[in-house]
Amino acid sequence: MTVDTASPGQRIPVPPHRDTLARRGSISLSRHPRLRLTLMLSAPLLWLGLIYIVALAALLITALWTVDSFTGTITRSWTLDNIITVVTGSLYQTVTVRTVGVALLVTLIDILVALPIAFFMAKVASPRWQRILVIAVLMPLWASYLVKAYAWRSVLSQNGIFEWLVAPFGGETPGYGLPATVITLAYLWLPYVILPVYAGLERVPDSLLEASGDLGGKTWATLRLVVLPMIWPAIIAGSIFSFSLSLGDYITVNIVGGANQMLGNLVYTNVGAANNLPLAAAIALIPIVIIFGYLAVVRRTGALENL
Amino acid sequence: MRLSRLARGILGAVTGVILLVIYLPLMVVLVNSFSTSTSLVWPPPGLTLEWWGRAFQSEGALEAVLTSVQIALIATLVSLVLGTLISLALQRFAFFGREAVSLLVILPIALPGIITGIALNNAFRTILGVQLSIATVIVAHATFCIVTVFNNVIARLRRLGTSYEEASADLGAGLWTTFRLVTFPQLRSALLAGGLLAFALSFDEIIVTTFTAGAGVKTLPIWILDNLFRPSQAPIVNVIAVVLVLVSIVPIYIAQRIAGAEKVSR
Amino acid sequence: MTHLSARRARIRSSILTGLAIASVALLTACGTGGDGGTGGADSSEAPTELGENESTVSILAWPGYVEDGSNDPSVDWVSAFEEETGCMVTSKTYGTSDEAFNLMKTGEYDVVAASGDASLRLVAAGDVAPVNTDLIPNYEGIYDFLKMQDWNSVDGVAYGIPHGYGANLLMYNTDAVTPAPTSWDVVFDESAQYTGKVTAYDSPIYIADAAMYLMTHQPDLGIENPYSLDETQLAAAVDLLKAQRENIGEYWSDYLKSIQAFETGDTVVGTTWQVIRNSLAEGTPAEVVLPEEGVTGWSDTWMVASEAQSPNCAYAWLNYIASPEANAQATEYFGEAPSNQGACDFTVNPDQCEIFHAGDEEYASQIWYWSTPIEDCLDGRTDVKCTDYSDWTTAWQEIKG
Repeated sequence: MTVDTASPGQRIPVPPHRDTLARRGSISLSRHPRLRLTLMLSAPLLWLGLIYIVALAALLITALWTVDSFTGTITRSWTLDNIITVVTGSLYQTVTVRTVGVALLVTLIDILVALPIAFFMAKVASPRWQRILVIAVLMPLWASYLVKAYAWRSVLSQNGIFEWLVAPFGGETPGYGLPATVITLAYLWLPYVILPVYAGLERVPDSLLEASGDLGGKTWATLRLVVLPMIWPAIIAGSIFSFSLSLGDYITVNIVGGANQMLGNLVYTNVGAANNLPLAAAIALIPIVIIFGYLAVVRRTGALENL
Repeated sequence: MRLSRLARGILGAVTGVILLVIYLPLMVVLVNSFSTSTSLVWPPPGLTLEWWGRAFQSEGALEAVLTSVQIALIATLVSLVLGTLISLALQRFAFFGREAVSLLVILPIALPGIITGIALNNAFRTILGVQLSIATVIVAHATFCIVTVFNNVIARLRRLGTSYEEASADLGAGLWTTFRLVTFPQLRSALLAGGLLAFALSFDEIIVTTFTAGAGVKTLPIWILDNLFRPSQAPIVNVIAVVLVLVSIVPIYIAQRIAGAEKVSR
Repeated sequence: MTHLSARRARIRSSILTGLAIASVALLTACGTGGDGGTGGADSSEAPTELGENESTVSILAWPGYVEDGSNDPSVDWVSAFEEETGCMVTSKTYGTSDEAFNLMKTGEYDVVAASGDASLRLVAAGDVAPVNTDLIPNYEGIYDFLKMQDWNSVDGVAYGIPHGYGANLLMYNTDAVTPAPTSWDVVFDESAQYTGKVTAYDSPIYIADAAMYLMTHQPDLGIENPYSLDETQLAAAVDLLKAQRENIGEYWSDYLKSIQAFETGDTVVGTTWQVIRNSLAEGTPAEVVLPEEGVTGWSDTWMVASEAQSPNCAYAWLNYIASPEANAQATEYFGEAPSNQGACDFTVNPDQCEIFHAGDEEYASQIWYWSTPIEDCLDGRTDVKCTDYSDWTTAWQEIKG
């Protein structure tokens, strides 16, 4: 195949040198790595810094303001009221615990489901099947989020397919509520977890597994001591997707969550119905703190650098 | 480690069951697209082709798909450029604040969409004073899509090392030439994978979009949201979903072919 | 998910409206920029005559109010208007009244379909102009009980044309709920027997339903108007709703969800709209009733921007959409009672008006139209401060827990 031009032995045509301005620029750049770095980083950092960090900082500052309830305009006088409300209110504690619980469960389920299927794809399936399986895993991503959530609503309803499947074994549908929310969210984010885990497993050379076998390593020991440490960063990468996407979700819980609400609902209601951006911003601090905590823990394991 | 036949069999069976569960709701969507029930109730009381006919006449749906494709394409392009630059910088240089930069890339996807959404909404309207439009959606999407490109490209760079690039430089090639002829071809499949994921992420995004789209901008997810509430439009939404799933096979397959081809040659 | 819920928050003004408007005008005038609230309510005058139609008109409305066939070729009342008047329509839909309020400030729109909570704010900010109803021939056909109400006029000046209205009724599964209920107690005091299968509308404004129930069942609380609650009264309503929460299966805010739940039997009793009942699959054992305590409901208004670039086309639209034919099409599609008495002759379903009780004044008089609660009590009390919409939002979140 000719796609991979890096194959040794293949000739790479190098254009003849011309003393153009571009060439001189190129030379001076290669002599000044710092300059090169600055040029490379300036565009993305300007983008992320100016757009994202400024927006985020502005939002956090808004948490320190209040809103006039009838005109809906923001009054820019400094107060900690919103933050105190959020920290001390029992409502926010209950909902936070519920939301984090759901997000953790979703992440756990996704990892447990992703590991065997990704392992099968990467290490057992033939190249042809590997390709088919990747397509099979990616395809559901294109059936809109909302359509899939409503499909689960139908599956989990009283006389839905789930009930029909488990009834012969004496089971019954969990109905609408937190279990349904966990199932639906785990379903929605599964491809985002399978893909990095699969990519991570692919990077584990088969020879290493064979070496472990040759040295007498049992299958489980090999998996635990050789494979798991190698794909740990990939698992973390996947978990960031499923955890954070669950943490901020407010649509799925509306569709299948029964009467429950999550942090996203509180933020959404305060922005939309109540038009109270300062309080919404204060509530938004909760997931921000949680995510930063999560990233800090993850960083300590060294996974972030290998993300 | 050599997997026994039994272990392989079990793994295969588990994979099969997982795939069944993945496709169960999609089958429901498929069947419902033929259902006579406008509220998608299960089991369908009867079957009809009416929704398929109406879906293909729906200008609103077509426009929404085009809007979404346009947004996703531009957002993906932007994130490809920015993501590649960041990965090259982080992988090839050691510098102060390197960790902060990698955190910065992850942040837009790690923080929940609703936070990204209201933060950008607030920034666009009150700080920058710009009207929400299609451009604001693109900017927002590109911001959280950078990470998928970054993840793929940096993983590839780490594996590649710099020896080919050094060889190219030793042979007298300039930076741009080296990038064009040596680095880029090696990154191509990683860019494709990252780009595809970025495209998918943008195409189906609804939360950030809700907060950053101008009132006239209807992406497909927003159109779907609107139409789930219009009388007797819900089955049409299912038709669109089925069509999208089927159409999506093409780009994924092409990406797979290219990636697969590279693997063979390695 | 809640774009239909937000539309249900409306302002029902009272004798104190004038005062409230004045204070709003003052507040917006010294507001923190970006508001553009330059004029008060009296800065613009209604036109006394119309000129030639311009070539375009830009309309801001709820989804389903301005349909040009692009979503469903058979649902189209815009094309006829364009042919008739030469005014080409560009329309935008909005999700919440707050969004509509902000969008109107851009000055890009000539006409807006506003709900009660947006309409008075728009008037106060000077974004909409008084409407000279003499220039709208079809205004004559509008039901009198909808004209010059608190949410579409200020101090005897009309600010728009009524569009459609409806009630929040009680729906029940006829198999599971017997005998047929006549009171809201099946979702409040008696809801325990249907635990897990009760539904309620997912919006802070639903607190008014509980308050209305308390007007009959706990008269000593002294509630005169369900949108005007002091702290004790709100607390009583919240307690009632917290008890109800124990038995709620799910809250609903979009009709698909409600329809599905009643069809599958996941929900057997709760608040609903007439259109939901009508959309249920044939054979679904469900009925609606207007309980003895009364009901809450909504009524929307078409308004003209004070800076309209195409005022003549704007008036043409107001006249067109108030015409029996167009009013029938739009309100039937959305599922509400039309505002024009003649509309009933043009509905696709000949029973449409009967089903939605259009023009039934006695029926309409039992509706407490949704209004946004404000600090100055809407019922006229001056000795206490009432709870406002943000208090209600907080309370609602705590009820849901």
